[in-house]
Amino acid sequence: MAISAGRMINNGDVLFAGTGISMLAATVAKRIHAPDAVVIFETGGIDPCLEELPLSVADPRVMVGSSLNLGLIEAFSILGHRRLRTIAFLGAAQIDRFGNLNSTVLGDYKNPRKRFPGSGGACDAASLAWGVIIFMEHEKRRFVEKLDYLTSPGWLSGGDSRSEMGFARGGPLAVVTNLGIMRFDGSSRAMYLSEVYPGVNPQEVAANTGFEIDMSRVCEAVPPTEKELFTLREDVDPQRLIVH
Amino acid sequence: MRNDIAGKLMTAEEAVRRFVSDGSQIALGGFTVNRNPMALAREIIRQKKRNLYVVCHSHGQALDLLIGAGCVQRLEIAYGGTGRFAPTCIRFRKAVCSGNIEVEDYSNYQMALRFLAGAMGLPFMATKSGMETDIVKVEGFPPEMRGTGKVPSKKLVVVENPFNGGGDRIVLVPALNPDVAIIHAQYVGEDGTVRIKGLTFADLEQARASDHVIVTCEEIVPRSFIREDPDQNSLGAFLVDAVVKAPFGAHPTACHYFYDYDPRHLKLYRDAASDDYLFQQYLDEWVYCLPTLEEYLEKVGVTDLLRIKANPVVGYAKDLDRR
Repeated sequence: MAISAGRMINNGDVLFAGTGISMLAATVAKRIHAPDAVVIFETGGIDPCLEELPLSVADPRVMVGSSLNLGLIEAFSILGHRRLRTIAFLGAAQIDRFGNLNSTVLGDYKNPRKRFPGSGGACDAASLAWGVIIFMEHEKRRFVEKLDYLTSPGWLSGGDSRSEMGFARGGPLAVVTNLGIMRFDGSSRAMYLSEVYPGVNPQEVAANTGFEIDMSRVCEAVPPTEKELFTLREDVDPQRLIVH
Repeated sequence: MRNDIAGKLMTAEEAVRRFVSDGSQIALGGFTVNRNPMALAREIIRQKKRNLYVVCHSHGQALDLLIGAGCVQRLEIAYGGTGRFAPTCIRFRKAVCSGNIEVEDYSNYQMALRFLAGAMGLPFMATKSGMETDIVKVEGFPPEMRGTGKVPSKKLVVVENPFNGGGDRIVLVPALNPDVAIIHAQYVGEDGTVRIKGLTFADLEQARASDHVIVTCEEIVPRSFIREDPDQNSLGAFLVDAVVKAPFGAHPTACHYFYDYDPRHLKLYRDAASDDYLFQQYLDEWVYCLPTLEEYLEKVGVTDLLRIKANPVVGYAKDLDRR
């Protein structure tokens, strides 16, 4: 998953990374696919050297060798800067067909069945970044018709609703899961299946998605190369802190 | 007359007794696993402060401890997690699900901007973050609570840009002016100037927005040292009410250039926090029975403290086993 996402990044992009696999993808992208990409953290670490893998956006490892160490407010201003192609990697508990995300609660907000950490900077990233790449485990309970709580705005209700509601830019570019990669239709903004990993049957994707998903455009993804895998396993995460 | 900290230098016990009351609105400095004011949090728990109204953006260890010890009644927050050690803070999660705490969700940027508004003496700040989300549409606090005490009359407001004419919407977030901000810093000068190394998060906005500020620090340094490099300094002495010398005062969270987060203690905490009985034992062993920071650090032990000691070049413990 980390490698698939890394491949979507170009030199010159500014990557906004969250915790977990998000962090891994940004680090891998920078090591292999886009060495001139700039990794930024909402905590204010701008372009750190990332010699060791951070386990949190506030890990001291995000502060080292950076060009700037800023406050939260400046970091979010950079995330939303009109001149910068900022790409945020986000994860969530639930996602709907338009890439809106839930990382707050399951059940009723005032009496939840389950409580997650909350938005953190996710809502901000989804609102302000140039584009968003979303990581999810591909399960029916996660890919839902209707979110229990809408934490982070994707394409809202599809079509032009995002810009109509006042967002200057942004929106999800892709969803990367353990089965494949989804993208969003250029006009309806509904999710469709773009690629499956080698060995994955598209029907498996449909079976694990709680809403109808267009599968007419699917093709097979290129598997990770040896170099990508080596970098991920031996260079970026040798203690296997995030990689399984 | 020169500024000096003689009148402000005190123990954690005195600082908490004087500046934290039951029902205080309290801003927690730091962020998840980094530079949490832990020594102060433990002292707040020991003094059995109750009904605290905590306001923060992304918080972890100190927040979870305060909630678990029953000190917190109300919370405005963007994120409750301790990185990989507890993706959702455990006692926070339990308290929210059992209805033991009132919670209102915002985003990190929104919370940081609320402190900024308070710091600037403004009633609100504007942002494009969060339109059409449930952060904007759903409220946690009941309507009858709104406008009482420090609870803002509205959670937030979406308005039309008044300069634009039509179709441009913006979110206004209400200012925060907490009763007290508690912060852990690396250095405080003998003149009272505060220097935070590494990332400041929203500590400075929190301090500038609050009525009172308590700073614990790793070291108190000579005036000449702190004034040599003013662009490295963070907070003016004129906004600081109490200074407490507290080496390792952020343990088990990290303090850049001094020590890393302590994976062993964070895991020990996580295991205890998952069970109500074990958590009470943790509080007894690590908070109630250790009235001074020295006793706490003795219990953590020299081996573990040396293990997390920061490399002076990178500011964290290189090759720390974090599994």
